[in-house]
Amino acid sequence: MPFPQALREALMAAFVALMLAIPLIGFRLADTMQGLAIETRFDWVAWGVSAVFVGRLVLGLLRGRGRPLGLAIKMPALPPNASTMFALVLGVFALVLPFTPLGDRYTVELAITVLIYVMLGWGLNIVVGLAGLLDLGYVAFYAVGAYSYALFAINFGWSFWLCLPIAGVLAAMFGVMLGFPVLRLRGDYLAIVTLGFGEMIRVILLNWKEFSGGSAGLTSIPRPSFFGFPFTANPEPGQTAFHELFGLEFSPLQRIIFLYYLIFALALLTNFFTLRMRKLPIGRAWEALREDEIACRALGINPTNVKLSAFALGAMFGGFAGAFFATRQGFISPESFNFIESAVILAIVVLGGMGSQLGVVIAAAFLILIPELLRDFSQYRMIMFGFAMVLIMLWRPQGLVAHREPSIRLGAKA
Amino acid sequence: MEYFLQQLINGLTLGAIYGLIAIGYTMVYGIVGMINFAHGEIYMIGAFVSLVAFTILGTFAFASPVLAILIVLIAAIIFTSVYGWTVERIAYRPLRGSFRLAPLISAIGVSIFLQNYVHLLQGAKMKPLQPIVTGGFVMTGDGSFPVRITYLQIGIIVATVVLMAGFTLLIHKTKLGRAQRACEQDRKMAALLGVNVDRTISITFVMGAALAAVAGLIFTLYYGAVDFFIGFLAGLKAFTAAVLGGIGSLPGAMLGGLLIGLIEAFWSAHFPIAYKDVAVFGILVVVLIFRPTGLLGRPDVEKV
Repeated sequence: MPFPQALREALMAAFVALMLAIPLIGFRLADTMQGLAIETRFDWVAWGVSAVFVGRLVLGLLRGRGRPLGLAIKMPALPPNASTMFALVLGVFALVLPFTPLGDRYTVELAITVLIYVMLGWGLNIVVGLAGLLDLGYVAFYAVGAYSYALFAINFGWSFWLCLPIAGVLAAMFGVMLGFPVLRLRGDYLAIVTLGFGEMIRVILLNWKEFSGGSAGLTSIPRPSFFGFPFTANPEPGQTAFHELFGLEFSPLQRIIFLYYLIFALALLTNFFTLRMRKLPIGRAWEALREDEIACRALGINPTNVKLSAFALGAMFGGFAGAFFATRQGFISPESFNFIESAVILAIVVLGGMGSQLGVVIAAAFLILIPELLRDFSQYRMIMFGFAMVLIMLWRPQGLVAHREPSIRLGAKA
Repeated sequence: MEYFLQQLINGLTLGAIYGLIAIGYTMVYGIVGMINFAHGEIYMIGAFVSLVAFTILGTFAFASPVLAILIVLIAAIIFTSVYGWTVERIAYRPLRGSFRLAPLISAIGVSIFLQNYVHLLQGAKMKPLQPIVTGGFVMTGDGSFPVRITYLQIGIIVATVVLMAGFTLLIHKTKLGRAQRACEQDRKMAALLGVNVDRTISITFVMGAALAAVAGLIFTLYYGAVDFFIGFLAGLKAFTAAVLGGIGSLPGAMLGGLLIGLIEAFWSAHFPIAYKDVAVFGILVVVLIFRPTGLLGRPDVEKV
């Protein structure tokens, strides 16, 4: 781009930046004894505006040099089965992680968090990626699972393995209850209804104190045991602790590693379930419905029932993940189930490239590790997170792993 | 009866705010077909800009409240519109034409960004504002329950009606409005016929932001306290209002906003206030079951 034009554009950008900066950066509302007072910080404005000016000028001048801007990184051509290989390597790495030198307490805890989101992402992937339904309130099913496990375990003393299916079934029931009236609607209406439903669940949990403990949440949720053998240093008389069973030294890490494998297994279950479903008529119907609803109707697929099944199954996995979350934390409150969670899970699915199982893993690792790495700048964490979401979307609108294996190919064995 | 009338007035005032924000959602959805998730934050920025402007004017000891409000209104509209324009330019325009969910995720990112941006710059505390317009009169004062309507409430309702009328005229009578309606029906055809689609969409975002700024100013005046989190719930309710009224329809957005304001006011008067949001979404679901395109929405015909 010739210099005068670049200069003009840079001046425009600087002017816009000035307009943006004046009211909110230039002035700061300060609380004083007499009410609000105004502080100015025009130096910040000056810095910001000059940065925008210089940045835009450099960008504009570079653009003229006939080479595309740096964002367009050419991906090397990959062999056709590269993603399968990568997935295998990733799986093996995840399997041995706790026993490698990396597997200290912090890393394993972090890996558990990532795996929870991987599982949630895979669950939501059934709804958004495969069936093409936009669900902005997925966290509601996560909350249903978490609270049903917590309430059954606290009030009736039921074990995790008994509560897990119950949590899943309850979440699926909520999914059906919500989905039944609204799945006939156009896609975007579903978004607002699910979003509203997520808020509804949160508000009810927050206010129905006798049931859910209100904002204080539920505490002392039973920790999981190894099929009846608790992870305690000094088990109650008559009980055998996990470390005694295997003749090991007691270590608090044992419980965390057990939790890690538990969520790993649950996540893998979700993955295999989805992969198998895609080969069944119902899974094919999901994907067909995503592509063209009218054609599906013409072929005799009942869209409402097919969508409902996807919605309920997605909700079920959300419920499983919720039950796991409750037993891992030992404490849940409505604050863990706000809209940001839904947005993060949806972002994982979309950034991963809608329907790509591997993409979900990469995106989950990305989105959970970014805030974790920014821990030292905790006040800037969320702002960076929002910024990163926009940037990644602009960089790769089709998602990180855009390539998706077709479920079926003509002329080949499916 | 008096109690009913009082709740009606309160509900209408609240509904006016929701309606003004809802128009921004509905216009953008009509033209671009995306849910502009960051619109609630634009409204929050409008409220903050108003508060900043009022505080600046306050240091000059302004005497006339009407003049002060007018100046603040203009400032809020200008600065907030720039935010609306920039968001569209940076975060949505490059994604136009990519698949449906990409702009939505980008919008959620913008929403998180703007919320924390204001949080960082202005702090997390609720910012109070001294009442600027005070007074009012009693409509039916037979002693038992005086129904009060404040001058501010009258002003809000009048301003909303005027804005609505102006907007309807703008959409139906001007060249710009015609371009907008053309883009809404068929963007490609409109471009072929010489409508500058990019500019029309930009202007739509600016108009939405301007209305959100007015809503933000009204909120600041009416409730007298602003914090960085007001955008989320208001945006959610306003979007609900847009859907309730039939998304893409301007009168529908206003009607939906008023309905939601009324539902909230009456629910809070008779039932536990904590559950008013549950009531709002419950009604949305019920309405959508019986009228899947919203109250005033056109039936949506899909063709192959």
